Amino acid sequence: MTGSYDILVVGIGGQGTILASNILGEACLIEGRHVKGAETHGMAQRGGSVESYIRIDGEFGPLIAPGQADLLISFDLLEALRYSHFLKKDGKIVVNRHLVLPTSVYTQNLTAPSEEDIIAALKKYELCLLDADKIAADAGSPLSQNVVMLGAASAWMPLKPATVLDSVRRLVPKKTIEINTKAFEMGRDAFRKH
Amino acid sequence: MVRKYLLGNEAIAHACVESGVDFVCGYPGTPSSEVIDTLRMQPDRPYYLEWSVNEKVALENALAAAWCGIRALCTMKHVGLNVAADPLMTSAYTGVTGGLVILSADDPFAHSSQNEQDTRCYSHFARIPCLDPASVQEAHDMIPAAFELSEEFGLPVLFRPTTRICHSKGDVALQPAAASTRTGEFHKDPRQYVVIPAHTRVLHKKLNEKQPAIRKRLVEKGFNRYEIRGKTAIIASGIGATYVQEFLHEDISFMKIGAYPIDEEWLGDFVRKHEKVLVIEELAPEVEETVRQVAGCVPVFGKKNGYAPYEGELSPVAVAAIMIKAGFLRASPFAPSEPFPNLPPRPPILCAGCLHRGAFYAIKKVFKDAIYPSDIGCYTLGLQLGVVDTTICMGASITVASGIAHSGEKRDVVCTIGDSTFLHTGIQGLLNAVYNGANMTVVILDNRITAMTGHQPNPNSGQTACGVETPPVSLDALCRACGVTFVETVDPYDMTGMVNALQEAKKRNGVKVIIAKQLCVITARRAGVKRGRYTVDPEACTGCGTCVRFGCPAIEFADDRAQINELCSGCAVCVQLCPVGAIVREGKK
Repeated sequence: MTGSYDILVVGIGGQGTILASNILGEACLIEGRHVKGAETHGMAQRGGSVESYIRIDGEFGPLIAPGQADLLISFDLLEALRYSHFLKKDGKIVVNRHLVLPTSVYTQNLTAPSEEDIIAALKKYELCLLDADKIAADAGSPLSQNVVMLGAASAWMPLKPATVLDSVRRLVPKKTIEINTKAFEMGRDAFRKH
Repeated sequence: MVRKYLLGNEAIAHACVESGVDFVCGYPGTPSSEVIDTLRMQPDRPYYLEWSVNEKVALENALAAAWCGIRALCTMKHVGLNVAADPLMTSAYTGVTGGLVILSADDPFAHSSQNEQDTRCYSHFARIPCLDPASVQEAHDMIPAAFELSEEFGLPVLFRPTTRICHSKGDVALQPAAASTRTGEFHKDPRQYVVIPAHTRVLHKKLNEKQPAIRKRLVEKGFNRYEIRGKTAIIASGIGATYVQEFLHEDISFMKIGAYPIDEEWLGDFVRKHEKVLVIEELAPEVEETVRQVAGCVPVFGKKNGYAPYEGELSPVAVAAIMIKAGFLRASPFAPSEPFPNLPPRPPILCAGCLHRGAFYAIKKVFKDAIYPSDIGCYTLGLQLGVVDTTICMGASITVASGIAHSGEKRDVVCTIGDSTFLHTGIQGLLNAVYNGANMTVVILDNRITAMTGHQPNPNSGQTACGVETPPVSLDALCRACGVTFVETVDPYDMTGMVNALQEAKKRNGVKVIIAKQLCVITARRAGVKRGRYTVDPEACTGCGTCVRFGCPAIEFADDRAQINELCSGCAVCVQLCPVGAIVREGKK
């Protein structure tokens, strides 16, 4: 097996998972490392469950097998649980304390587990739980929650946090560089306190 | 050399620029769309570019450009190649002078497609070369070679990336853009370009005579290569080859196939040096069938004897399982890991404020017990609302509707089709239905854009692929020109208007068309349309659930009352559905 560090970024279409994965890919380039990735495109994916794979130092295919991921970054609690089986036994999770119930709950009368039940199930893994929406709003824009998540997750990644921040600054819209820099740093603080 | 982190389709687009492409066309289709979307967004494009109305139209345009000696790229998804199959088959006879690369993206596992067909079969069928990349870098590197091959053999070349190439990413080494010095010029040569029987018989013979040299060249180019390392061998193609290499034991020989047709003599030499051979490829057993032809008494493991599946996509886990079954790997490197059970699914759904939801609601209200043929687009998601009974291929809503209407079926037939799909292959079906006197209602879901594949403009949008203003087609006039006398254009946000138009259509005989016209909610937002949000008055709400059953993701239900979340885009359809008037504009009560 190869020595890649495998990250899964998951969430709901429209939450910015693709930008998050691009930021990680760019960070690998800045450090001169190989990287492979794959993601959900196509159907207007708004509201659907979406996943992005990033394999830092990846030399082969872009897919991560269940049971192989080192780190799961999830923008939603339910999505974290849905993809948690992708993690290794000693895998880690950074998750936004935010639960959007899928429309199937209302239209098909299905039940979703409660926040407490989800968090209890995720505690099987090393867990960093943070309120990225609130932190993003405090940083100046709710849209920066994906960068808050990356700031928190940067503590566990085999990339220098300064490189990830550099990549954030290169990839976000120019007008939002300052807000996103703040969002990244506040995400790092949230990790320290978790 | 520059290194960038790119989507496969972006890397392919860049490679076209590096190859000095002159002419680009295609029809959007997942997973191929971002190739042209990348090329059309380039500043100072030195090439001509268009979104064509369908794949047949696109390929004929590209073929003609290549006849004029310039380099042409034509892109589509695999099923688009069926639409373009007519010109494709004969383009192998006429050949080309400028390079013609036909990108047809396959979708194993049908992530967003109606089938899992394999473009490589068309290469075999038409007798033209096909390149089958195994990684994003290889997809990039194969493009210049594809143009060169096309020019060397005077044949169109198929380029077949799959979803896991198009939509995967990697650090890609890029070359600088090349400036083209070519200008199109058509040299008249009826024996080449007029395929009357006397000419085409000669052209067919010439095509067949090209084959041995093509097979040799594909090996020389290194697309098909091997390494002998032991007594057993794995032969793999496409992304499957990449998965195999991740955990292939060092004493197993490995052959990678990246191009077709495969040189049988060369392949046979390799196979006969081994005691057994396993073939790993996605979809059709294209490689395997050639291997079996040359294997003699060497046992071959693959799809045909049940070691590998014909359907679905490969993955590292699936490849390991095949290798174990065929005795090429002792144990799986992957520990089994099961998903958490019974979580409510979160499939893609129509957006909050999508015009289609209102149109579907009205159709179901007026035509309660009807047959609902539909088509390919975001609105196929109307399946979740119970208003999509059939979907086969682009344009097949109207034709399926007329077929059912003529079958003796007593119930009403109401079909739905998007504007882009109608312009792609819907018009002929409408013309046919009117001509032959079908009794049916057609609802054109007109959101002014090709939404599902990423909001590409079409002849209905008022601008070209490159953003140049162009007169939008009149769907009303087009339908009337086909002979439809009842054509009504309605705003699907206006429930009363929609219901009235549908009731009127229900009363009449013949083919009736309703054009449900409203901007796609995503393009409207991008264009700055702001409608303001709505909210539920908790005191007025009786918790009846009418609005929740509408299925809008902006409407939730908690503590026996409806609630509207921040996804609300202000379409106000739910306001019209609420029986007690409990939904009001935000900030007003």
